[in-house]
Amino acid sequence: MSYLEYNVKYVPTGLRKLLYINWPIVLLLTAVSCVGFLMLYSVAGGSAQPWMDPQMKRFGIGMVLMIAVGMVPIWFWRNMAALAYLSSLALLVVVDVAGSIGMGAQRWIDLGAIRLQPSELMKITLVMLLAAFYDWLPVKKASHPGWVLVAVTIILVPTALVMKQPDLGTAILLLLGGGTVMFLAGVHWAYFVTVIGAGVGLVATVLKSRGTSWQLLKDYQFARIDTFLDPGNDPLGAGYHITQAKIALGSGGWAGRGFMQGTQSRLNFLPEKHTDFIFTTLAEEFGFIGAMSLLVLYALIIAFCISSAMQNKDRFSSLLILGIAMTFFLFFAVNMSMVMGLAPVVGVPLPLVSYGGSAMLVLLVAFGLVQSAHVHRPR
Amino acid sequence: MRRPTRDTLDSARTINRRTLVVGGLQVGMLGVLGLRMRSMQIEQADKYRLLADENRINIRLIPPARGLIFDRNGVKLATNEPNYRAVIVREDAGDVEAVLRRLQDLVAISDSDIATAIEEMKRRSAFVPVTISERLSWEDVSRISINAPALPGITAEVGLSRHYPMGADMAHVVGYVGPVSDYDLSRLDDQDPLLQIPRFQIGKTGVENKLERTLRGSAGTKRIEVNALGRVMREIDRQEGVPGSDVQLTIDSALQGYAEARLDGQSAGAIVIDLQSGDLRAVASTPGFDPNLFVRGISVSDWTALNQNKFRPLAAKAVQGTYPPGSTFKMVTALAAFEAGVLDPEETIYCKGFTDISGTRFHCWKASGHGNVNFQDSLRFSCDSYYYEVGQRVGIDNIAAMARRLGIGVKHDLPLSAVAEGLAPDKYWKSRVRAESWRIGDTVNAAIGQGYVLASPLQLAVMISRIASGRSIEPRLVRAIDGVEQPSGAGETLGINENTLRRVRAALDITCNDPRGTAYGSRIAEASMRMGAKTGTSQVRQITAAERANGITSNDQLPWEQRDHALFVCFAPVEAPKFAVAVVVEHGGGGSTAAGPLARDIMLQALYDGPPPLTAYPSHLRRGIAAQQEHIRNRTVPGATATSADQA
Repeated sequence: MSYLEYNVKYVPTGLRKLLYINWPIVLLLTAVSCVGFLMLYSVAGGSAQPWMDPQMKRFGIGMVLMIAVGMVPIWFWRNMAALAYLSSLALLVVVDVAGSIGMGAQRWIDLGAIRLQPSELMKITLVMLLAAFYDWLPVKKASHPGWVLVAVTIILVPTALVMKQPDLGTAILLLLGGGTVMFLAGVHWAYFVTVIGAGVGLVATVLKSRGTSWQLLKDYQFARIDTFLDPGNDPLGAGYHITQAKIALGSGGWAGRGFMQGTQSRLNFLPEKHTDFIFTTLAEEFGFIGAMSLLVLYALIIAFCISSAMQNKDRFSSLLILGIAMTFFLFFAVNMSMVMGLAPVVGVPLPLVSYGGSAMLVLLVAFGLVQSAHVHRPR
Repeated sequence: MRRPTRDTLDSARTINRRTLVVGGLQVGMLGVLGLRMRSMQIEQADKYRLLADENRINIRLIPPARGLIFDRNGVKLATNEPNYRAVIVREDAGDVEAVLRRLQDLVAISDSDIATAIEEMKRRSAFVPVTISERLSWEDVSRISINAPALPGITAEVGLSRHYPMGADMAHVVGYVGPVSDYDLSRLDDQDPLLQIPRFQIGKTGVENKLERTLRGSAGTKRIEVNALGRVMREIDRQEGVPGSDVQLTIDSALQGYAEARLDGQSAGAIVIDLQSGDLRAVASTPGFDPNLFVRGISVSDWTALNQNKFRPLAAKAVQGTYPPGSTFKMVTALAAFEAGVLDPEETIYCKGFTDISGTRFHCWKASGHGNVNFQDSLRFSCDSYYYEVGQRVGIDNIAAMARRLGIGVKHDLPLSAVAEGLAPDKYWKSRVRAESWRIGDTVNAAIGQGYVLASPLQLAVMISRIASGRSIEPRLVRAIDGVEQPSGAGETLGINENTLRRVRAALDITCNDPRGTAYGSRIAEASMRMGAKTGTSQVRQITAAERANGITSNDQLPWEQRDHALFVCFAPVEAPKFAVAVVVEHGGGGSTAAGPLARDIMLQALYDGPPPLTAYPSHLRRGIAAQQEHIRNRTVPGATATSADQA
């Protein structure tokens, strides 16, 4: 259903929109971010520098952006979807080209104030474009092979570019995020069953390609898979990260060792303690109770998003909200699985908690879109 | 753009239905994550907590204090002294070079030490303490402490380092310690983790080396918390180790010091044995060296000087050196003959100055001959011809057996480096080692202690002490370990007929105290302290027939390396022997002139347990002896920090 069919006069205008913002989500995002600040303070050994202060500033900027984006009518964003997608795609190509001309695995564009990772941007713009695409496409044509192919192309082009960087974590997020939007849009079950079947086959092929001339993954990516399967066989080498992470996590116990008492992170046994592995510090210092609390906060964010999406009668809005919620879910689910030894280490940060500018800003802007969809929902 | 209402409603319904599916999957995933957390953090928490502790807690060894070494009177021969080190931590210092320059203004530290420290800092992590200088004085330490604010990163640390207060006097006996080397590790079958400590000091020579396990003690441990880079965060607890055992030697450091002083200037070795217990009262070898140089790490120039000295200062000649015993061996030949029953002491053998045996002419040292010689005269005059005959009668195998019975050709079990085995040759030995058959000429040579026979000063001292006591005295160097008395070396009876031994002792008494005896010049004037003695002069070169015809070149005209070795063995007092002394002066010339007076002086020092009264000396020597005693009192010993008088 499209906006034009609804009476928009009930949609709030001006500053009144602020009253219609989904405040529970704002509150939950702030709570999760505060957990992040606390942990960044702790891993810096009880200091706001070098991580907590910058992170708080970015959170402030991100919050303002979120509200700003939320005030802009959702149809504006729908119209911008294709442009946003193409821009991110162009930026992805730029970093890939820059990378290929001798700068190694570069994943960002230096904008002075922040280093923008186009792959972060792509996670959101891909969802936007797919939502807009299925909004435009008559529901009955959604399962038509030709249109399915269009959607698949929209997903696979950026995924391939990200794979080339190489950034396995983001590639997986794009694939699953995009696939979820297609699924929600009503693409026929059979496609997904086929793809999952093919996916299993592909994994088998990828594993078989190892050591051959057509090897499909880089050696270090294979090493990560090995490490995931058996971290113990190389505890000081590739398995070091995951072994130390599990030790930190497990040693937390029920209530943890107490704030700033985590020996694993304080004594630097943990790698990437302020980015991808920050959850282990939380689990070590606040134990099962702390870790579960964060999980509940995340789950509540997802729940509020789903609830908002289900109340929204606009097809673009609900697809966008659910797509963003799914991307957010994938972020923390993959990160937690990774540090708990359930998934290979693929380099996905813990959303809003891990230190990192691009991810935080992009996520808050994405939730701005959720707010916009919520505020401007048809009534 | 209007669409049928049903279509939009369908679409909304599809989205909601599928949202529930996706939501369901998400809830499932959350459940998996929650369960995993539960399993790791609650069910396996103990296991992971243990792993975390293993991660952060390191066990470090605490080196135990090394056991001390004392002489028989409790004088310290090896001690552990606090050593003050200046240590720098790069990350605390900031501008390292400026700090070091300021330190140099306060404390004398060489530029090369500074350069070495800077080099080492570059190789190590910023938090690792690097030693700038060892062996600072207490004043230096106070200066560093007072100026601490100007010297960030620099601290003074206290450690223990080995010190040898007697310096060169005890160097050959006590030995020295040095940092454990890769070579040591490959050679030692020693699993002690202490050896893995960098620069851990272990005994390299002498008692320090041979009693290493006794002196070392066992390691203590401390548990420290470290971070992933190995930086020490704090000490959790510590358990002290067991210090090494203290070792008391049988050496009398005052006597040892005297012997060293008396031998000084010669390449010589001297042994004093206590006949009651077999205790080695002195084991002197000259020249000596300062063992403290090795503890600090010897400089290249010092090392080269020690190695290029033709007197071989590093060799403990008293136990390592082996020499043809010459005439000091004649008692062995005689005792072998008496025991074999082939010699009557009153029987005379005619000496015409030489003996022809199977085509070879063997000369007596006195070309004109001694005439008719009985056993007593054979020792008094040290007649060679007599022993040529006796040797042929008794045979080499009996001589060799008697030599071993008296301690020559036997390795004595002493905790000293490279204790020599010497050689008491017999027929079997020659066929085995030389693959030649034994010739009669070999026996004739061996009978007067030349040819293949080799003995160390220690073995000569054991020989004379066994003859003097009639017991098979074993030399003993360690008196007590941690206060526990070690087995005495007094020994059982030798099993040689006592009358025979008495006759030998009487002959040695005559040799020393009869004006015509070869050792008369080295006699003791005090009658109650009279000694029995035998001189020896062993050739190190062949005297050619041409040379003999033109008159034998005197020792003084020969280069040092070709001069004869001078030997002297003695015991005293003759009536009730208390001490035996053996002295060998390498290439010293005649035994009676070069070795005898040294042995006599050392013997008197032992008998009187300190400087003897001048009346103990023959009257014509007293003036010279007084000057000599004064000179010895005022001498300085390389590396010694206290005179023996201070310590006693």
